[in-house]
Amino acid sequence: MSLGTTIPDSKVPQGPMADKWDNHKFDIKLVNPANKKKFKILVVGSGLAGASAAATLGELGYNVEVFTFHDSPRRAHSIAAQGGINAAKNYRNDGDSVHRLFYDTVKGGDYRSREANVHRLAQVSVDIIDQMAAQGVPFAREYGGLLDNRSFGGAQVSRTFYARGQTGQQLLLGAYQQMMRQVHEGKVTLHTRMEMLDLVMKDGEAHGIVCRNVTTGEISSHSGHAVVLATGGYGNVFYLSTNAMASNVTAAWRAHRKGAYFANPCYTQIHPTCIPASDEFQSKLTLMSESLRNDGRIWVPRNPDDTRAAADVPESERYYYLEEKYPSFGNLVPRDVASRNAKTVVDQGLGVGPLKNGVYLDFADAIGADGKDTIEERYGNLFQMYDRITGEDPYSRPMRIYPATHYTMGGLWVDYNLMTSIPGVYAAGEANFSDHGANRLGASALMQGLADGYFVLPYTIGDYLAPKLGEDPLSLDDPAFIQAEADVQSQVHRFMSIKGTRSPEYFHRELGKLVWEHIGMARDQNGLEKAISEIRSLRDEFWSDLRVLGDADTLNSSIEKAGRVADFFELGELMARDALDREESCGGHFRVESQTEEGEALRDDENFAHVSAWEWHGADTAQTKHAEELTFDEVKLTQRSYK
Amino acid sequence: MSRILNLTLSIWRQPGPNSPGQFVTYPANGIPDDASFLEMLDIVNEGLIEAGEIPIEFPHDCREGICGTCGVMINGRAHGQEKGTATCQLHMRKFNDGDTIVIEPWRATAFPIVRDLVVDRSPLDKIVEAGGYVSAPTGTAPDANETPIPKEVADSAMDAAACIGCGACVAACPNSAGQLFTSAKLWHLNSLPQGQAERFRRTEAMVETMEDFFGSCTNHGECSEACPKEIEQDFIAYMNRDYMKSKVYNRKLAGQN
Ligand SMILES: Cc1cc2nc3c(=O)[nH]c(=O)nc-3n(C[C@H](O)[C@H](O)[C@H](O)COP(=O)(O)OP(=O)(O)OC[C@H]3O[C@@H](n4cnc5c(N)ncnc54)[C@H](O)[C@@H]3O)c2cc1C
Ligand code: FES
Repeated sequence: MSLGTTIPDSKVPQGPMADKWDNHKFDIKLVNPANKKKFKILVVGSGLAGASAAATLGELGYNVEVFTFHDSPRRAHSIAAQGGINAAKNYRNDGDSVHRLFYDTVKGGDYRSREANVHRLAQVSVDIIDQMAAQGVPFAREYGGLLDNRSFGGAQVSRTFYARGQTGQQLLLGAYQQMMRQVHEGKVTLHTRMEMLDLVMKDGEAHGIVCRNVTTGEISSHSGHAVVLATGGYGNVFYLSTNAMASNVTAAWRAHRKGAYFANPCYTQIHPTCIPASDEFQSKLTLMSESLRNDGRIWVPRNPDDTRAAADVPESERYYYLEEKYPSFGNLVPRDVASRNAKTVVDQGLGVGPLKNGVYLDFADAIGADGKDTIEERYGNLFQMYDRITGEDPYSRPMRIYPATHYTMGGLWVDYNLMTSIPGVYAAGEANFSDHGANRLGASALMQGLADGYFVLPYTIGDYLAPKLGEDPLSLDDPAFIQAEADVQSQVHRFMSIKGTRSPEYFHRELGKLVWEHIGMARDQNGLEKAISEIRSLRDEFWSDLRVLGDADTLNSSIEKAGRVADFFELGELMARDALDREESCGGHFRVESQTEEGEALRDDENFAHVSAWEWHGADTAQTKHAEELTFDEVKLTQRSYK
Repeated sequence: MSRILNLTLSIWRQPGPNSPGQFVTYPANGIPDDASFLEMLDIVNEGLIEAGEIPIEFPHDCREGICGTCGVMINGRAHGQEKGTATCQLHMRKFNDGDTIVIEPWRATAFPIVRDLVVDRSPLDKIVEAGGYVSAPTGTAPDANETPIPKEVADSAMDAAACIGCGACVAACPNSAGQLFTSAKLWHLNSLPQGQAERFRRTEAMVETMEDFFGSCTNHGECSEACPKEIEQDFIAYMNRDYMKSKVYNRKLAGQN
């Protein structure tokens, strides 16, 4: 690895933590209301981050164009979030505050996030709930009519707002509807079925994007003053994940190839409560909301050869490993801790189910204490989902769960303004690396996506645009656009002309196995080096043996898939490099070489309290790393302990 | 223990919006019954690609019944015969060895076929665009707890808001009507305090946009039967009531200007 320069300026404002954001909003340049319509902003992605940004930018008066490859903005993967959204409202009077949410998030992220960003996130969290309630989001309520809350994923206060088990759906519909209002008003132009495949650069700044219409194959250029990438996370590099099938890294990756630094790619989150895989044909894994851990008890039989049905295993022969190891947090330890412990027991041969690849999540005690009706009221739809997928009834026998890839903390590097290292390109939501450090707390992704889109980006983007008043967007006849279109065209052509024997799906699945095996829940030097060389040879095979049939001028999902898999190959390699370089364990990144005597992640703050931001130099040259040093003024660095 | 199924599929293939389509028969052998319906199609597609044949395009994304992308007619029923189940949530254990399964796209004038089993459902977005929102620009909202909403009201709004916009209601309806989709969105917003100010404008605009694209409702009830979220038909009655009122109310407002 060659080391680039350290990143000198992340634009974090001066002053006391609690005042930074307010001071910054006052200090940055503004675009006068009458001038906003002179700026065109291209927003790629219509999930929570993209839809909320587009709606708000439209309301402010900017000229906005939104692109999504989905057939409707409402299909974005945000729709699938189940559990809830955090906010420091302290409606429960249980001692929550902006400072506590900030503190919990920095600590939960294992001290690898930028304090100032996290503090801002906690500050604006309260406005999000107000905004969404005003949009008509049917949040869960109590009989008195006030909003209900629950405690979620390791938090010791009840700060999670929810709408049944469909919080993401309801929030996304709220943001989508708000955006559709701007479409109606003519402030936002919506382009569905359009996949962004390149970023157009000139003189070191971004000027637009090139898209392919996935139903007609038509390639088109779009010019604007700024580009916002709100294109989601890259969990599907693992092939099997809880993400929707179409989630991918392409937009972020193509920006990376044009110069945007990619930060902390090895920080991926493995969610502890998913339904275990059943066979080779498995196409995705289904998450069972983490809220289940509030009432379910996790255990495995102590005897690896136990073949009895769960109910027949006596208490004394059950190993409630989380409750035993972590008496104060028990089943509610953070995700990374819960996942790693599940792996440990399964690796010890204690796993349950036909493939011995799961652990029990048992509701018998909760049903005994609170009654079946209460449990059904809380989790009915999740239980039904489980039954449907596995054919097993979780009211009468415990669920089987196992960790699966769920979220990616890494992403495009952004400064405090959410601008990437390319002037004029912003990244929001899961696509950026910003707020979760090495591990994300439950119910904080929805919060971050909406914080970025509603309350951060609409202000900070003005700082970049204001000096550009009077500049026209770059002409579509400019050689920069012509070249980018030709590059996109030639990649499509290349996929079609390899005429090999294997489908894009095959390569994706094989790549996923490598990434899961070597860059999954536990990583070591040997495995990571192996990953790099094996990913490379599989990539070579991809480029010589790929089979894409059909035509390029109609809907052809093999073409879409091939482009996404090509990018996953390059990303997978960078993940391995990043994991290899980070010789410490932190959050979701567990290096076997760096653990405490108790087997917990052991950080190395002296050498690794930094963000690793990687710069692209071509497909066959290793990226260089730029380090952004992290300083902790408010939160004291400690070894996390959930004992 | 899982079974292995050998099936015959009869699938609608259509190369593009303007080309003629036809049913094509494919064997689907060795399908484990733990597979989902869409995983069964994945297996068939991998086989087709191996044999050098163009794979079948079918709509899907989340594969957990929430994004509303999937949806095909299975043996003549939208999303198949299981109640409250989207196509992606259907598992092969519900089928028997030797079954023949007929798979077609949604059929509705408002939903032209894009290719094979994929249709264009953008008219649903047009209905929302016409008024399916509360006008509350970012930054203007009062504290969320300033407007208490009785639990029953919030729950009932949520029942309607659970719609995933898949279009099965339209596909199942003999008239290709869009009433269930439209009324669910209307009830969600019209029943909440936040939605009152625009209630009648919203209703009029959404209903009339709906009528531009979709057929009329003659109370068959097939829509609710097919709905993967079991959205109730009652919402249609509420919509009709609000629409009647809107004709009076909106005019009265206009007269005051
Ligand atoms: C099953 C599941 C449950 C979850 N539950 C929770 C929860 O309870 N609480 C919580 O806080 N978080 C949860 N999360 C995480 C959270 O849902 C996501 O992190 C978040 O919704 C991401 O939002 P986003 O707007 O960044 O991206 P997405 O919602 O993924 O949107 C991406 C958008 O970008 C578009 N796009 C992508 N690439 C391109 C391209 N090249 N060209 C054009 N368009 C493109 C897509 O069409 C889409 O519109 C969950 C995640 C999963 C997988
Ligand atoms: S694929 Fe999302 S609802 Fe079926």
